[in-house]
Amino acid sequence: MQRRLSAFNVVSVALGLAFLYLPIAILMIYSFNASSLVTLWGGWSTHWYAVLLDDQDMRDAAIASFGIATASATAATMLGTCAALALTRLGRFRGRTGFAAMIYAPLVMPEVITGLSLLLMFVAADVDRGFVTVTAAHTTLTMCFVTVVVQSRLATFDRSLEEAAMDLGCPPARTFLTVTLPLIAPAVVAGFLLAFSLSLDDVVIATFTTGPGANTLPIRIFSEVHRGVKPEINAICTILVTVVAIAIFAAALISRRSAEGETVGLPAK
Amino acid sequence: MDKRDAMVGGWGARIALWAPYFWLIVFFLIPFLIVLKISLSQTADASPPYVPTLDLSAGLAGVKALLGGLGLDNYRTLLSDDIYALSYLRSLEVASVSTAILLLIGYPIAYGMARAPKRLQAVLVMLVILPFWTSFLIRVYAWMNILQTGGLLNRVLAALGIIHAPVVWLPSDTAIYIGIVYSYLPFMVLPLYATLEKMDETLLEAAADLGAPRWKAFWQVTVPLSLPGVGAGVLLCFIPITGEIVIPDLLGGSDTLMIGRTLWTAFFTGRDWPVASAIAVLLLLLLMVPIAVYQNLQMKSVET
Repeated sequence: MQRRLSAFNVVSVALGLAFLYLPIAILMIYSFNASSLVTLWGGWSTHWYAVLLDDQDMRDAAIASFGIATASATAATMLGTCAALALTRLGRFRGRTGFAAMIYAPLVMPEVITGLSLLLMFVAADVDRGFVTVTAAHTTLTMCFVTVVVQSRLATFDRSLEEAAMDLGCPPARTFLTVTLPLIAPAVVAGFLLAFSLSLDDVVIATFTTGPGANTLPIRIFSEVHRGVKPEINAICTILVTVVAIAIFAAALISRRSAEGETVGLPAK
Repeated sequence: MDKRDAMVGGWGARIALWAPYFWLIVFFLIPFLIVLKISLSQTADASPPYVPTLDLSAGLAGVKALLGGLGLDNYRTLLSDDIYALSYLRSLEVASVSTAILLLIGYPIAYGMARAPKRLQAVLVMLVILPFWTSFLIRVYAWMNILQTGGLLNRVLAALGIIHAPVVWLPSDTAIYIGIVYSYLPFMVLPLYATLEKMDETLLEAAADLGAPRWKAFWQVTVPLSLPGVGAGVLLCFIPITGEIVIPDLLGGSDTLMIGRTLWTAFFTGRDWPVASAIAVLLLLLLMVPIAVYQNLQMKSVET
């Protein structure tokens, strides 16, 4: 039918997008400010990026963050995809309600509770805290997001393709690898990238579960930011935003090229 | 045997189920039981800083000794000291007010998106999702840039002649609300958009044919049909905001009493792990109902 897009509709969408993007845009512009006074504009410069490169602590934090994000996103993608398959394919197995509850709870659970409980478990189990504990904690959080993304893809999946493969004598494992996996691949990739960026962004859970030698970028930024706005922090934030934005565009391109423009998004649909 | 069952009953299916199940039990369920146990323990000058601890080598006697050492003391502390009750109430207040603001701002945006031309919609959804993938921390920090005393907001307001002296925005409650609304807006807009977009437009035509003015059709047809989206959006915002810590910490200054911060301070500054655990247990009890409602909505939406 004919949609009537009123002026009110256009204005509210435009204002909403401006509200979402202006603050980040301003932050990015000010990261190229030549002045060391954060409130005054002193011309364009990449000075603060050079300062950042010289900062050994920041470099270590960046390496730790990317390592943890890669490791946890990999684990979360495997576990989350398995969970999505279990939830959509296994019917009403015993313990399903509890399983589903554990999948959906971390999505909304306040991070302080997740962080505190994981730390107390690591202490009780006498595990040395560091790279491994932060990775395990991030895997737990992000696998649930992967599950939701992959599950929504499986829900619209044409089962007759798998049946056709098996009718033609293809064993189940091979059917999975050659038919199912390629078809859900865009959602799996999108899930991986979502997990990666969530891990790269998290500060609360990381602060609880970290230990010596595993200070991530957000932990560093969080402690710096307490002392006020600084141009180097604008620069590191700009880099992080750019990395995440590139990952998202990659995910969007991949899913557009395969399926018919499936959107990747939030848990609630 | 049916072909579908072959795929379901194989060893692959067993791994698919057990690997994530096992992971969640170890890293989600057990940690929570440990929090529950520590919330019943006493603070001690030891490592880890609480007693009793489970002595497995003592066998059953160790378990008995552990159970005997547990008590409700920390919960009594929480009830007797006003600071905790005030923190819980303040968190609920901030969460309610900001969720209401989010709904008021988010609904027109989602509605406008749902009425946009189909081709444009995919782009708009992408644009709303993109900030959600950007770090919370960075988004809050972006507002610190704008709200600082010499920042852009004060300069724009002064240039427009609205203010004559710079306003101190940081720290303030206004700053907290701005930060929360900014950070959670995508969580409100996307579920609303998802239901509004699926709405059958012929219903509105029918209402118009029967002589309903547009505002009435909106109020009596569109709004009731969008209630599932409203529910999902409200819960998706309200629950995490209640436990929010980074935003009040950075924008609200040191005297903001929100329960997440009180827990954080008890744990990191006070090193009082049992009280911090008790705060977490009570917070979870408080959020149990909304979380359960959310899970139900989520399961229904995925399975239909």
